[in-house]
Amino acid sequence: MTGATAPPLAADTPGSSPVRKAGRPALVRVHEVSKVFGDQSNAVHALDKISLDVQPGEFVCILGASGCGKSTLLNLVAGLDRPSAGTIEVAGRTSLMFQEAALFPWLTARGNVELALRLDGLGRAERRARARDLLDLVNLGEFAAKRPHELSGGMRQRVALARSLAQRVDVLLMDEPFGALDAMTRDLLHDEVERLWREQELGVLFVTHNVREAVRLGDRVAMLSSRPGRVIAQFPVELARPRRIDSPEVATLAATITDQLRAEVARHGEH
Amino acid sequence: MASTDVRADRLDAELAGLDALELPVERRRSRAGRLWAATWPKLLATAIFFAAWQLLVWSGWKPDYLLPGPADVLETLFDNLDTLIPAAGTTLWRAIQGFALAIVIGTVIGALVARNRVLRAGIGSMISGIQTMPSIAWFPLAILLFKLTEGAILFVVVLGAAPSIANGLINGIDNIPPLYLRAGRVLGARGIRAFRYVILPAALPSFVGGLKQGWAFAWRSLLAGELLVLIPGQHSLGEQLDVNQQFADSAGLIATMMVIFVLGVIVDALFFGTADRFVRRRYGLIEEATPA
Repeated sequence: MTGATAPPLAADTPGSSPVRKAGRPALVRVHEVSKVFGDQSNAVHALDKISLDVQPGEFVCILGASGCGKSTLLNLVAGLDRPSAGTIEVAGRTSLMFQEAALFPWLTARGNVELALRLDGLGRAERRARARDLLDLVNLGEFAAKRPHELSGGMRQRVALARSLAQRVDVLLMDEPFGALDAMTRDLLHDEVERLWREQELGVLFVTHNVREAVRLGDRVAMLSSRPGRVIAQFPVELARPRRIDSPEVATLAATITDQLRAEVARHGEH
Repeated sequence: MASTDVRADRLDAELAGLDALELPVERRRSRAGRLWAATWPKLLATAIFFAAWQLLVWSGWKPDYLLPGPADVLETLFDNLDTLIPAAGTTLWRAIQGFALAIVIGTVIGALVARNRVLRAGIGSMISGIQTMPSIAWFPLAILLFKLTEGAILFVVVLGAAPSIANGLINGIDNIPPLYLRAGRVLGARGIRAFRYVILPAALPSFVGGLKQGWAFAWRSLLAGELLVLIPGQHSLGEQLDVNQQFADSAGLIATMMVIFVLGVIVDALFFGTADRFVRRRYGLIEEATPA
């Protein structure tokens, strides 16, 4: 870790200028990573020489149309899968959140959080105390004894958030975590995630197909091409926080990004 | 900083408000109400059954000494209680032993087959094959192997129940949503810890279903065995059936059958039915409350 910079990211695309915090090594460093599924005759190139960094304390949103390998990328960073080529360095602990909360239905909200702590080797008393703190952190202290099916979708995602934080994460990987929620709940959870990101000093890699959501949350928005997935553009979001998803500034930047995203999608209809 | 605090407080209030609005409204009936709702259809069905039986007797289809009416049978049942109760004790004790053994064997085999590709290819389909094999077909072999002992009976009870239990576990493991397995891996549960903390609990509802079905097979195999494997000095319900038949005691025979039926139903409904509902409710598999 000498502070060497990663290769320039899609420098040919207008609007791309990766945000860098000089002198600090990257938290996540994805370097020339490719991922191919299937064998040679019917191989699918999900990712093609993709490079992307997340700096400590940085909130990076990954944006792309269907088939851009967004979820594949998160799986690779989370260590659930191996890249076909290239290197991934993660300086810290990761946790991956899904579109569905993926809570275990046989455990209460507290039990789900405690399981993460148990698998991390914590003793019983410590688990109890930590789980209570974490559920309080996501404002669900009084629902600790509820089972997942007794909670609403937004509440389940907050329990999942607490469960991820229980893993003492440095990098939170989020795979369209609010895609299935109604607009009101999603809006509140944006505030919640932003608060936790700031308080816990996390790095976040947040995958979404919702352009406004990306602009609302990200320090930087990376746009991926589809089949194969590559970073084709990066947009620094320099709007002051806290932002509102319905503010004109967010809408203006989102419109610019959407235009490029549409152009990228249209490219696939040409042949 | 103050403005951030105000904003955080407002967010807390907003989240709490949304939580209160989104939480499902509990709509549960009282315990007595639920008990009555579950009981009266059974009482009605029993009454209809006894009425139909009585009508059949009155029709004169068979003479009274071959097909006695409900009143005669119930009277005989109470008269025979002093032999039926110890016989039922013997039978239940055998059922417990055989079923316990079947749980151990079925669980081990099910876990191995579910997790091991070679074992699955080798014996996965055989388990269902054994399940379809009538238990009575095993007895000649069991008697040759174990002579006329309890061992012969237990052997067939285990063969009857273990495949259902193994299949319940295998199906449970096969049908675990992949998302749970991924979530488990994200949490760092691998190998034996994944089995202990994710796979087994996720497979539990199906496993309980397998136990319930296994019990039915065990009970059937057991009674067949007791009819065939008569052990001197051990009075069981199956042996009682044989005695009743030898003495052409129709009332006694039907009384013994009632005991067999009632015991089977009680264990199935009270024990496995309750366990099944309990697990399903905990896992949120029963629709119990409706969103507001």
